Amino acid sequence: MRPQFNFFKNIDKITVLLFFFLVIIGWVNVYAAEINENHRSIFDFSQSYGKQFVWIITAILLITIIFTIDMKFFPAFAYIIFGGVMLLLVGVLLFGTTVNASKSWFHIGPVAIQPAEFAKYATALALARVIYDNKSKSRTFKDLLKPLMIIAIPTLLIFLQNDTGTTLVFAAFFIVLYREGFVPGWIIILGIFGVFLFVLTLLINEFVIIGVLTGLSLIIAFFLRKKTSSVKQLLALMLLINAYVYVVDYAYDEILQPHQKMRIAVLIDESVDQRGAGYNLHQSKIAIGSGGLTGKGFLQGTQTKFSFVPEQGTDFIFCTVGEEWGFVGSVVLIGLFLTLLIRIILLAERQRSVFSRVFGYSLASIIFFHFMVNIGMTIGLVPVIGIPLPMISYGGSSLWAFSVFLFTFLKLDSRRLEFL
Amino acid sequence: MQNNYQSSEISSRRKNFIIFFIVLTGLIFLTRLFFIQIIDHRYKIFANSNIQRIVTDYPARGLIYDRNGELMVFNEPYYDLMVLPGQVREMDTLEFINLLDITKEQLENRLQAARVYSRFRASVFERQISKDIYAVLQEKLFKYPGFYVQPRTLRKYPEPVAAHTFGYVGEAGPAEIAANPYYRPGDYIGISGIERHYEEILRGQKGTRIVLVDALNREIGSFQEGRYDTLAVAGTDLYASLDLELQMYGEKLLQNKRGSIVAIEPSSGEILALVSSPGYDPNLLVGRIRTQNYQMLQNDTLKPLFNRALMASYPPGSVFKVANFLVGLQEGGITTHSRYGCPGYYRSGGITIRCRTHPQPVNVVSGLQYSCNTFSAIQFRNTLELPKFESMQQALTTWRDHIVSMGFGVTFDSDLSHELPGQIGSADYYDRIYGPRGWKALTVISLAIGQGEIGTTPVQLANLAATVANRGYYFTPHVVKAIGHPDSLNPGFLTRKRTTIDSVHFEVMAQAMFETVETGTGRFSRMDDISMAGKTGTVQNPHGENHSAFIAFAPVENPQIAISVIVENAGGGATWAAPISSLMIEKYINREVKRDWFEQRILDAAF
Ligand SMILES: [Zn+2]
Repeated sequence: MRPQFNFFKNIDKITVLLFFFLVIIGWVNVYAAEINENHRSIFDFSQSYGKQFVWIITAILLITIIFTIDMKFFPAFAYIIFGGVMLLLVGVLLFGTTVNASKSWFHIGPVAIQPAEFAKYATALALARVIYDNKSKSRTFKDLLKPLMIIAIPTLLIFLQNDTGTTLVFAAFFIVLYREGFVPGWIIILGIFGVFLFVLTLLINEFVIIGVLTGLSLIIAFFLRKKTSSVKQLLALMLLINAYVYVVDYAYDEILQPHQKMRIAVLIDESVDQRGAGYNLHQSKIAIGSGGLTGKGFLQGTQTKFSFVPEQGTDFIFCTVGEEWGFVGSVVLIGLFLTLLIRIILLAERQRSVFSRVFGYSLASIIFFHFMVNIGMTIGLVPVIGIPLPMISYGGSSLWAFSVFLFTFLKLDSRRLEFL
Repeated sequence: MQNNYQSSEISSRRKNFIIFFIVLTGLIFLTRLFFIQIIDHRYKIFANSNIQRIVTDYPARGLIYDRNGELMVFNEPYYDLMVLPGQVREMDTLEFINLLDITKEQLENRLQAARVYSRFRASVFERQISKDIYAVLQEKLFKYPGFYVQPRTLRKYPEPVAAHTFGYVGEAGPAEIAANPYYRPGDYIGISGIERHYEEILRGQKGTRIVLVDALNREIGSFQEGRYDTLAVAGTDLYASLDLELQMYGEKLLQNKRGSIVAIEPSSGEILALVSSPGYDPNLLVGRIRTQNYQMLQNDTLKPLFNRALMASYPPGSVFKVANFLVGLQEGGITTHSRYGCPGYYRSGGITIRCRTHPQPVNVVSGLQYSCNTFSAIQFRNTLELPKFESMQQALTTWRDHIVSMGFGVTFDSDLSHELPGQIGSADYYDRIYGPRGWKALTVISLAIGQGEIGTTPVQLANLAATVANRGYYFTPHVVKAIGHPDSLNPGFLTRKRTTIDSVHFEVMAQAMFETVETGTGRFSRMDDISMAGKTGTVQNPHGENHSAFIAFAPVENPQIAISVIVENAGGGATWAAPISSLMIEKYINREVKRDWFEQRILDAAF
């Protein structure tokens, strides 16, 4: 084959387009959220929106560099990159600076870098490599051990930085493990159901839930009465669920620390925490809710601008979208995210190499987790956990990390036919 | 089951489940958003018809009473005009600037400054607007969205006294704001005196309220029934140990003079009067006039801001003989039986200290009574040259430790602000000057009569009088008697500070000081009805007329007041400082002064 000089050949144009759509939407909304009357130019580098423009330009440079790299580099250097980033995580614990109680920043001159953002990328590479290397193709517990280790190391290090949000993001890798058959589906379903029941238990009296569940089981058992084994299984499950509901209730009352209770309690009844998280959530909902169908229009938002909403440019950026662009804007943004996620999954599925597929799923899982927690938080469906909305929120580390992540995958995809 | 994990059917099912889960999440979000943004109209009402404003409630600063419950410091309400730049809209600028009597440039500049600070946080637009402007503004405020009036309070002093002790309150500067997140620009903080030392007790805790404002810029109620508000906590009142009447009388006696008076209740260490003259009216350092007046006071050549009572360090002269005799008695340099003749001077090794004519010979009591320099020098030298001391360094250090135990050379670490330690010559100091073997008792003999390398402040001298009154111990002199409740005691100052001198020796000194007033150098100030013990002093002043000094306590048998008085450039202690002390004591114990001519002589004097 001739040497390939057209680096961008075969790149998936739909994904690239979606990516740039989201980045531009983010930039415009960061501008709307943080506009300073005295510095109205969107290119004013003293303001966050001007800086975001610099981050975008540098991200494009990074993307170009990624595309000039030979695709064999990624599996070959997966472990080295992983090791390097893990060293950075250790380094930031020792020498980093503390911002908002999290010791997770390196300050190099005027630039602040958060290595945790790049840990997701490095972990995806290493995870892809370890599953790719698993030639036995078996899925015993022993096979699960190495992937789990690779996920656990950065999770622990970031946990030690006191960065709860980013730590939780690593749970997203379980979606990848599920797709690759390491984790059976019922565990995932059980997990989701467990969380659902957990919230329900705190919301409604536990005896009501137990009563309803018992009633439902009895009705189903009545229809299944001919299949004795099914009925037995169902009744056993029912007992288990009832026990769980009871334990959750007990644990919440007796075991959780007051501040942990507060985060959950605020979610269920926002009036609980009068000054802290409850106020923020309430303001966030007022901003989004007041947007109505079509929104107040670009730069016309009042709530986000009167500083009632915290972290307007970063974690709560969706408030500006909701307030200024209304339900229509929300539908567009959520639609773009869903399209991007499905597109990435479809691309991942068409890979011939296990490495590329696992990497693609990691990318989709991480973006999805950020999307779910970030937007869920602003509309009061998820506890307030500070993680950015990918491509949208203000911040260099996050934008760089997601750009590198996404375009590494697109590079792998563009060369998928050369992979073994 | 182990091998079919990668069969295309199962893989595809897993892929579909993941996609399903993602789409489901998106749909849940959209459903929720549909409810919040389209179905539920509450949020639009919250956001559109109401503007929220975060209002800070400043609690009233604690009041300050005197020891008898007389009000000394209170608060007077006033109003600041505030601006929230983010809520400012088009308005009738001309009317506005006429109302406030400012120029268009001033309006623009202030708005710009407020915008630079924050568009969404309030800035002070005009401080302390007058009552008239406030009345008019109240009516017209609806025309000026973004502007509102913030009630505040200013310190006010019914009697213009004790300015140094109270200190003053001012706006928190960048350093204070950086050091303590409680303070925001425009907040007040105690800068000196009691206001500073008891800042956290006096200020209370400010609260915040989120209020709703209607389209006419009027408060229409609290947001969500005040569920996000924090209540302000009022400041706590203080009871100063000062006696207002005595303080006023002391300031009156020192009118047209430079000097200080410190009066202490020996049984508690409570300062009854703390006068530094010239002083200033504390009402001058309040609110918007403060900066300008502060400049004026600072440029005054008489230095009214300088608190002489705590900061002026003088060589104490003869009053210090009291302390020196105590050390001599304790160490055995003299006994109550030691008697020496005085030829009118002390001469040794080429050094001469002059004395005056007085009955002969003298012992420790009459030595103090006639303030005999010869006796002082002999006893001091005897003490330092006692055979038990292995070196002059050890001897002087022993002497110095006794002196320090009486409160000299150190600060009291009290609630007094800007207190200075003064200085007491140390062996190290003389080693540096003369070399370790280059000095002996005679070299430092001037210490014997309270001169040389020695500096004491008026509050330290008053404390010496209190210590003799107590026969050997003192309580840290302090100016706040009680916090919150008049009958409580300020918990910081309840421990007895014992000196290193036995109380029998204090008994001798108390007797000697009594004799000093009865028949000695202080007899001119003797009172018929109150027994007073005291010691005169003349502070050598190389720059002009000597300073007049006196320490005293009374009544001798049951001391209720101990005092030190220094009048600068007034000459001998017996002529000015002693009479002032006796008048203060008469005023405090009898609550009135009957010696009119005696009083008039002091009031007429000017130095
Ligand atoms: Zn003599």
